[in-house]
Amino acid sequence: MNKIRALTGGQASAFAMRQINPGVVPVYPITPQTPIVEFFAKYAAAGDVDSEVITVESEHSALSCAIGAAAAGVRAMTATSSQGLALMFEMLYIASGLRLPIVMSVANRSLSAPINIHCDHSDSLGVRSAGWVQIYCENPQEVYDSTLLAVRLAEGAQTPVMVLQDGFITSHCVEGVKILEDEIVTEYIGKYRSAYNLLNHEKPLTVNPTVPDSIYAEAKAEQEKAIKSVGDLFIAESQSLAELTGRPLKICEAYGTDDAEAILVVQSSMAGTVRSVVEDLRKKGLPVGLIKNRLYRPFPDKEISRLIGGCPVVGVIDRTAAFGEYPPLYSDVLASIYDKDIHPYMESYQLGLGGTDVRAEEIEAIFMNLLDEAKGLKASKNHGS
Amino acid sequence: MDLKKLAENNSYLAKGHRTCQGCAIPIIVRTALRALDSPAVIVCATGCLQVTTTPYPQTSWELPYMHSALENVGATAAGIEGANIFQQNKSGNIALKKSQKEIKIIAFGGDGATYDIGLQSLSAAFERGQNFLYLCYDNQAYMNTGVQRSSATPLGAWTTTSERGVNGKGKKEIRKSMTEIALAHKLPYIAQASPSHILDLYEKVKKALGIKGPKFINVLSPCPLGWKYSPELTVKLANLAVNTRFWPLFEAENGRVKITVPVENPLPLIEFLKPQGRFAHLFKDKNSEIIKSLEIGIEQDW
Repeated sequence: MNKIRALTGGQASAFAMRQINPGVVPVYPITPQTPIVEFFAKYAAAGDVDSEVITVESEHSALSCAIGAAAAGVRAMTATSSQGLALMFEMLYIASGLRLPIVMSVANRSLSAPINIHCDHSDSLGVRSAGWVQIYCENPQEVYDSTLLAVRLAEGAQTPVMVLQDGFITSHCVEGVKILEDEIVTEYIGKYRSAYNLLNHEKPLTVNPTVPDSIYAEAKAEQEKAIKSVGDLFIAESQSLAELTGRPLKICEAYGTDDAEAILVVQSSMAGTVRSVVEDLRKKGLPVGLIKNRLYRPFPDKEISRLIGGCPVVGVIDRTAAFGEYPPLYSDVLASIYDKDIHPYMESYQLGLGGTDVRAEEIEAIFMNLLDEAKGLKASKNHGS
Repeated sequence: MDLKKLAENNSYLAKGHRTCQGCAIPIIVRTALRALDSPAVIVCATGCLQVTTTPYPQTSWELPYMHSALENVGATAAGIEGANIFQQNKSGNIALKKSQKEIKIIAFGGDGATYDIGLQSLSAAFERGQNFLYLCYDNQAYMNTGVQRSSATPLGAWTTTSERGVNGKGKKEIRKSMTEIALAHKLPYIAQASPSHILDLYEKVKKALGIKGPKFINVLSPCPLGWKYSPELTVKLANLAVNTRFWPLFEAENGRVKITVPVENPLPLIEFLKPQGRFAHLFKDKNSEIIKSLEIGIEQDW
């Protein structure tokens, strides 16, 4: 049932979009996302999709256009990176506030200035509070699977979803991607489900009225409830997807965490490097582990705490700069465990900014430091008792 | 069509909107929508019209209406049009297909949303040939935020950001010609209209709605609050704007410009300026050269 194709992350994203066959796809290029809209435009030109491709003049218009289309009763998808995502900032909140189940591919790239086109997560971490679900992917396979899953999540919770892949590292690198048959995808995603349709003239709607304070607060509370529901929805929907693909997509994945004395928490492609270092160090008998977080919004505090368990030392790598603040992923992990009575020694790292290589030796050095810390903790504990 | 008959047509804007006394916007919107004879969707930019017609849980709109943001009406309309085309022609869902007739898309924006912040999105929608009518109610400043200058504000006009004082004589720059910018996009239909000439406005909207592609109608919208005049003078001032050639009424089908209301013997411009508090300072001797500049500009434009 699973065919294998050699695809880049960008192609995997466009391929999934082809199978989803959205009603409207506004397109605007930005490095490193550009291949996604190019491949999709090619599918449209070849008649492989029914989608209306709208060649807008900016990312702000790309999302505005998707918002108009989704409100008017069709699936709408688009893609962006970096400055484009930053330009969309205003519209991200309008999409989520209007409860429109838009799915957007993001090839992560650093934010200017100074301008740089390579990967870090400052763009999408910068919009983590916009009311969008965020799914971080390690490789092209995960991009493909997550894009299909995203449609079910978005429409199930009536809330928009971003599927993130590392710019260039994932978006431009070819890997074998197992794909489903078109009909199976059509059946899996089902008919477009939306809360309202502007084009229904029998029931004329006023979309986005001016609301008083109390109604605003109520709408935001509803939105919070919706995005929180995505945690359970993710488990159910990825289960039905796994029945088709044979590949379970977990909210977060653990590798070697059970008896670990030092764990690193990371997202996206960096997980591959960390996993390989964990393998090597485990061979040497060192108790290290990896938690790869996939679902970043809503943040899976219970899963993360459960996986950290009794591990005495935890490091978190954020692929972003943080100015006068604790980095986002680190803060989220820290806040998640605080009320669960888990109090490991925590360390924050910021690596891979602007596409800087994250090398196995660096990860190894981090693990060695964390293990030293664990040893020190054990010693002081013994000393104390 | 006469005015009496026109008033019988559905205006799709319920009574009880909350615009200021004397506001020209409801006159413009009602006249425009009375030209409608098929299903339509309204797209509205943030601004006076949006704020005054949709105070939740009430709405004045008897048509499907969508407000998204201030600067993205062109792109929003494009998304709605795309969704409509997809549902009519391409959707595998037969029930959806059957339920969809061709709808007209009518977009409204003030001069802020049209001349300034929304120009990029609007220009792109024009260039792509989106099938919609864009109607600008041009009240010549950012009125919804309390009268700040826009690029549609005339030379010399007072606003709260083009103040009078030792260093200020009102707006220093001449206004931008949005209608000419639209013309430069080679649209199939462009017009200027005024709430003083109801049938002219109605006929223009009617004609525009029968044409495929992007259409642009710029309508002068006198504003008692921002122009500083007594509310009962709205239509009179709109009329003076036309008869002084300050606001020529014309249309352009496929680029051929035609004056729809000829003004053979224009009234002196000061008749339009004088009743408006925003121009009061121009009538002091030392500022008379600003009036002169305005007069020259109008003559050249005509």
